[in-house]
Amino acid sequence: MEPYLRLHGIRKDFGSFSALKGIDLDIAQGEFVCFLGPSGCGKTTLLRIIAGLEVQTAGRIELAGRDISALPPAERDYGIVFQSYALFPNLTVADNVSYGLVNRKVPRREAAARVAELLALVGLPGSEGKYPAQLSGGQQQRIALARALATSPGLLLLDEPLSALDAIVRVKLRSEIRSLQRKLGVTTIMVTHDQEEAFAVADRIVVMNQGTIEQVGTAMDVYRDPATLFVADFVGRINALPAVAQGGGLRVGAQGLLCEHASVHGHDDGRELRVYLRPEDVLARPIAAGDSNVFEGLIEKIDFMGPYCLVRVRAATLGDQALTVYLSLNYLAEAQLEEGSRLPLRLLPERMRVFS
Amino acid sequence: MSATRLAAGTVRQRVHASERVAHGVLLLVALALLTFLAAPLLAILQKSVQDADGRFVFLANFLAYAQTPALLQSLWNSVWVSGLVTLATVPTAFVFAYALTRSRMRFKGLARTLTLVPLLAPSLLSAISLIYWFGNQGVLKAGLVALGMDQIYGAPGIVLAEIFSTFPHALMILITALTASDARLFEAADAMGTSARRKFFTITLPGAKYGLISAALVVFTLVVTDFGIPKVIGGNFNVLATDVFKLVIGQQDFQKGAVVALLLLAPAVLTFAVDRWVGRKQTALLTARAVPYRPKKAPLFDAAMSLYVIGVCLLILAMLGMAVFASFATFWPYQLQPSFKHYLLGLVDAEVGEAFLNSLVMAAGTAVFGTLLVFVGAYLLEKTQGFGPVRSLVRLLALLPMAVPGLVLGLGCIFFFNEPGNPLNGLYHTLTLLTVCTVVHFYTTGHLTAVTALKALDAEFEAVSASMKVPFYKTFWRVTLPICTPALVDMARYFFINAMTTISAVVFLYSPETKVASIAILNLDEAGEIGAAAAMAVLIAAANAVATGLFMGLQWWVDRRTQAWKNP
Repeated sequence: MEPYLRLHGIRKDFGSFSALKGIDLDIAQGEFVCFLGPSGCGKTTLLRIIAGLEVQTAGRIELAGRDISALPPAERDYGIVFQSYALFPNLTVADNVSYGLVNRKVPRREAAARVAELLALVGLPGSEGKYPAQLSGGQQQRIALARALATSPGLLLLDEPLSALDAIVRVKLRSEIRSLQRKLGVTTIMVTHDQEEAFAVADRIVVMNQGTIEQVGTAMDVYRDPATLFVADFVGRINALPAVAQGGGLRVGAQGLLCEHASVHGHDDGRELRVYLRPEDVLARPIAAGDSNVFEGLIEKIDFMGPYCLVRVRAATLGDQALTVYLSLNYLAEAQLEEGSRLPLRLLPERMRVFS
Repeated sequence: MSATRLAAGTVRQRVHASERVAHGVLLLVALALLTFLAAPLLAILQKSVQDADGRFVFLANFLAYAQTPALLQSLWNSVWVSGLVTLATVPTAFVFAYALTRSRMRFKGLARTLTLVPLLAPSLLSAISLIYWFGNQGVLKAGLVALGMDQIYGAPGIVLAEIFSTFPHALMILITALTASDARLFEAADAMGTSARRKFFTITLPGAKYGLISAALVVFTLVVTDFGIPKVIGGNFNVLATDVFKLVIGQQDFQKGAVVALLLLAPAVLTFAVDRWVGRKQTALLTARAVPYRPKKAPLFDAAMSLYVIGVCLLILAMLGMAVFASFATFWPYQLQPSFKHYLLGLVDAEVGEAFLNSLVMAAGTAVFGTLLVFVGAYLLEKTQGFGPVRSLVRLLALLPMAVPGLVLGLGCIFFFNEPGNPLNGLYHTLTLLTVCTVVHFYTTGHLTAVTALKALDAEFEAVSASMKVPFYKTFWRVTLPICTPALVDMARYFFINAMTTISAVVFLYSPETKVASIAILNLDEAGEIGAAAAMAVLIAAANAVATGLFMGLQWWVDRRTQAWKNP
């Protein structure tokens, strides 16, 4: 199927600095895509280039089969929501939402109906006569969303729309944005630096770093199967162990380990590697006799996180490596574990991602 | 693959039709500033390196200047008088500002308002008052003699009058500097048991450092470039500003006049540069999280500060009051009973009623067209894109007027517009040119006000509008302009008041038909009609006071009409 938005070789240079180093990306119609990355990775620049608010140094943008590379913003087809809401403070909610409609000479009655419909859609029916200053941050952002959707654009661009809101509103609004997007089926790109947010809303996540795309994939792909060291490090918490290839498996410190992840293949014996493993893939139970990859750890530190604890253990057999493990509060109490205790642990062989 | 991409060249966005409108208007602003600011300044530069017949003589005019002892004497006079005024005004204003910001004295608002009143009148009002106090027929002439001075005319009069006229300017800067202090620093110092003296020298003074530098430079420049006061009370004491006038109007020696004008430009350019630098440093002092300082009660200190403020306010009142009183006195010093003689006979006989009307027309024109031009210019700079070179040029030219004394700008305008070959020659001597010149003279302050107001708006309004396919001018009209109306009224008021009182920018440009009120004061004074001169100065101040009231009313009305969204 022809992609709805196609980016081809997008570069952006500021003098000798390259903010974007040749971005290729296809986005399907109706898809919800998140650009995720640390600040300065180029994600906002890429969004603004798609919007035409900044001009790429080189590269081609196609929207719905139309080359929009050199078109000014007004001749593209998108709605946009900024972190700062950017609502017109001197206009009422109704005037804000109908701002683009009035310009298209939509009859007044029709526009009013559309405004009412949109306000109901974003969960603020009846707020037509209010001014933005009378609304909370979350409500203002809903209005901004309604305004961006008013003209039924083919593409919705969200530039860190939730970053200015407090934690509870953020979580609520992001799920509303997601269900709204599902309902309308509008192709959506959201820029965020918050991976949890990206996981919660995106069909696909584009992980970016230093002007390049590191990985494109579903939340599960990106979390479970990071394509690069950067993605492994950036997304979620992870343990990194120095390892050596040995007989189709691995050796960490003095202990040979079984690895069932495809990335373990193709390394010559003795090759120095790195093994990445999520804390939840280090198990304290169940461990059966004869299980592979079992070792004894010494609890160094327990950080209480609520239902579970972040436990740092040191393993003598793994070359005195420190590992972070999640242990449930109940288990810690049951097994009477505390700082200084020892316990058996097991590394899940199918989750050990190897990088050379 | 990357090679083909590079070969394709840089992507250029097509310019939208509405953007072309923005570029066109920006070009007009650029042309206006080039014609009425850059070209006149270049004309001065050109004249300074040419002889009377227009031949290039390199530095000959400068050498001739350096070899004229009388002119060098004026240079020295300007420098030491300005230095002395700076040394007197800045500490006086600093203590006053300190009292207003760091004590719990009462009636701060009243004291602050009173210090602003002199700004409503031409600066030479204080010179006229001094003549009534200490002149040959002055009330306190005997006291002056007792002090060992034989007369007020000359350096003493200039210094005293300039102290009064520059005081409000220094005070405004220093109040801002002292207000920008973080209470938490004082609390930390108190927690460590710091003495008041040590707090002053380690927190207060360093915090106000940039304000002090800025105030000193502004005062120095105001005095060096002021023309009215030395003209009225200077007697035979020559300074640079009066030299320019004599050289150009009296001797028609444009070349030396241009040289002196360039000398006047030097301190102003320096002040401007330092002020920009200070401005950058100053903003860093106060972060958004700073806690404003609230003075504690200290009866002795508060009383001392009150006494000081009352003293200074009485002096200001004496200055203003004498001018008002004298303007009503029937025949100084013999018949002091009040009458409207000076207002009626003095002003009407000398046909200065027309001058007053001209002033009002010019001030209104400056307020309307100045505000319009400056705001549109600032908007296009801040909120639209593209057209790089013209944009940079306008940005530079918008700040330049701050560095150009009115006298220099006026002189440049004669050189440029009086040139017979100039197609704009017809503008010379017209009220239009006077208005435009005044707009340019006060451009920068208006520009900075507009930029501050525009920067307070969300930077993405234009982007959002473009995404909804609404052209920028519709958003300008529906959103930007209504939000910025308070700033617009502020700019208009500033333009109006300064246009009413300015002398230096217009003294070279008027004709008998287009004489303005502030110039009329000079002419009346020269003709010995000092009573009428005082009346005219008071009339200007009164007009400005009324105008200020009207602008406040306008502000209120505009607030109600356009700012309702702030507190719905």
